[in-house]
Amino acid sequence: MLISPDTALLEAHSISKSFGENAVLRDVDFTLKKGELVCLLGVSGAGKTTLFNILSGLMLPDSGQVLLNGVDITGHPGKISYMLQKDLLLPYRTVIDNVALPLMIHGVPKARAREKAASYFQRFGLQGTEKKYPKQLSGGMRQRAALLRTYLASDGVALLDEPFSALDTITKSAMHAWYLDIMREIDLTTLFITHDMDEAIKLSDRICILSGRPGNIICEIPITVPRPRPQDFLLTQEFLDYKRKIAENLTV
Amino acid sequence: MTKKLPSIISKISPALALLAVVLIWAAATGFSLVPSFMLPTPRAVARAFIGDFPTLMRHASVTLTEAFLGLLLGVLLAFLLATLMDRFPTLYKALYPLLVITQTVPTIAVAPLLVLWMGFGMAPKITLVVITTFFPIAVSLLDGYRSADPDAVSLLRSMGAGRVKIFLYIKFPSALGSFFAGLKVSASYAVVGAVIAEWLGGFEGLGVYMTRVQKAYAFDKMFSVILFITLISLLLMWGVTGVKALAMPWERKEKEKKK
Repeated sequence: MLISPDTALLEAHSISKSFGENAVLRDVDFTLKKGELVCLLGVSGAGKTTLFNILSGLMLPDSGQVLLNGVDITGHPGKISYMLQKDLLLPYRTVIDNVALPLMIHGVPKARAREKAASYFQRFGLQGTEKKYPKQLSGGMRQRAALLRTYLASDGVALLDEPFSALDTITKSAMHAWYLDIMREIDLTTLFITHDMDEAIKLSDRICILSGRPGNIICEIPITVPRPRPQDFLLTQEFLDYKRKIAENLTV
Repeated sequence: MTKKLPSIISKISPALALLAVVLIWAAATGFSLVPSFMLPTPRAVARAFIGDFPTLMRHASVTLTEAFLGLLLGVLLAFLLATLMDRFPTLYKALYPLLVITQTVPTIAVAPLLVLWMGFGMAPKITLVVITTFFPIAVSLLDGYRSADPDAVSLLRSMGAGRVKIFLYIKFPSALGSFFAGLKVSASYAVVGAVIAEWLGGFEGLGVYMTRVQKAYAFDKMFSVILFITLISLLLMWGVTGVKALAMPWERKEKEKKK
């Protein structure tokens, strides 16, 4: 607990979880500050998704606590938003009704929910898609719609599980730039999972490496390069140094 | 141009097949390969159909009322039971075998009992329709509920949705497709079920009329009733397809996109 509690938005205190004999997480401590973009890196099976399920309240930890603004939200879903690996736009709802869904679930009347959702369409590059169905959108658009829905699901903390992994390289790169912009604009705090080291270094303020069995955060690597990071950042020695450092810590 | 010809052939091929059947029928009866008292000619059937049309319509209104009421009750009952069974797994385990048994009991065997218990009115007919239509709908609804994407359910839970909202936003819409598949089957069963129940006793209805013309050896009329029942069943199935298109507009949009 090096960070003073007034700046911490989301905190996890000694989270442990086992499934039967199989201990997945042990005493995971973790803090997310307001406005940060933190990446959770780890080999498959290190418990990243389990940690996300616990943070989002979908799963109860065996021990430990999750705090949002100092309030215990352990096992209480609906407080922070969670975007799963697939975009999961519901095929039978129009784009506007998909995006407005979290508001409707929180009890906002249909018309008001749609109105509020529609007010973000321009900013998310979704104008004109309101009445369409998800199948009619391109991959990048679907992802933006899912991100807007994720954003509307809470007041500013988003957990993203490999949000860009299904996109092709060019779309992905465009989405990165767009996400960094929109995040600042709408004051979003993000914790995301990825397998892609380049993506992690390019986007994050801080990279947390989850490793071991049972999993624990074995090191945190701050990326101190200021934003916006230049296009050729990926080609610099600095970038490679970060990459080496991560690779050294990412052991099975 | 070269592409159009096969598509025309594929479109009219069902009509050609139907025409072929009628032609074989006409040939078999026309050249007296089959005696006319056993199999009337297509023309005789058509004549009987036109001449009998007002009578057929009057009887059909009774049969259709039974079929519709039975189908409606069957759908309501199936919806109620499938939803409860999906909600309570114990209920699912307890009732599923029973559901299958209700389907394997032959309709014809139950019908006389129903008439004995309920008399010659509409009640036994409606009950029989309920029994026959209920199963395909209940099973298709259950399968539909289970086909709901568990990740979508997790997503809604992460948004703070409870059981009712998960049902409304995920389970029910996910089940619509298979519900309509079941309804389509049931719609045709409904008419046939009502007719079978009418065979065993009653005052009006296509089944009652069928037994009458059968006893009079009026085979041309008999065939015209069969033709009529087939047409009604087809119309009902088309109706279900139409309702489905209205209830599931997103499916239409997908097809439009593919074009």
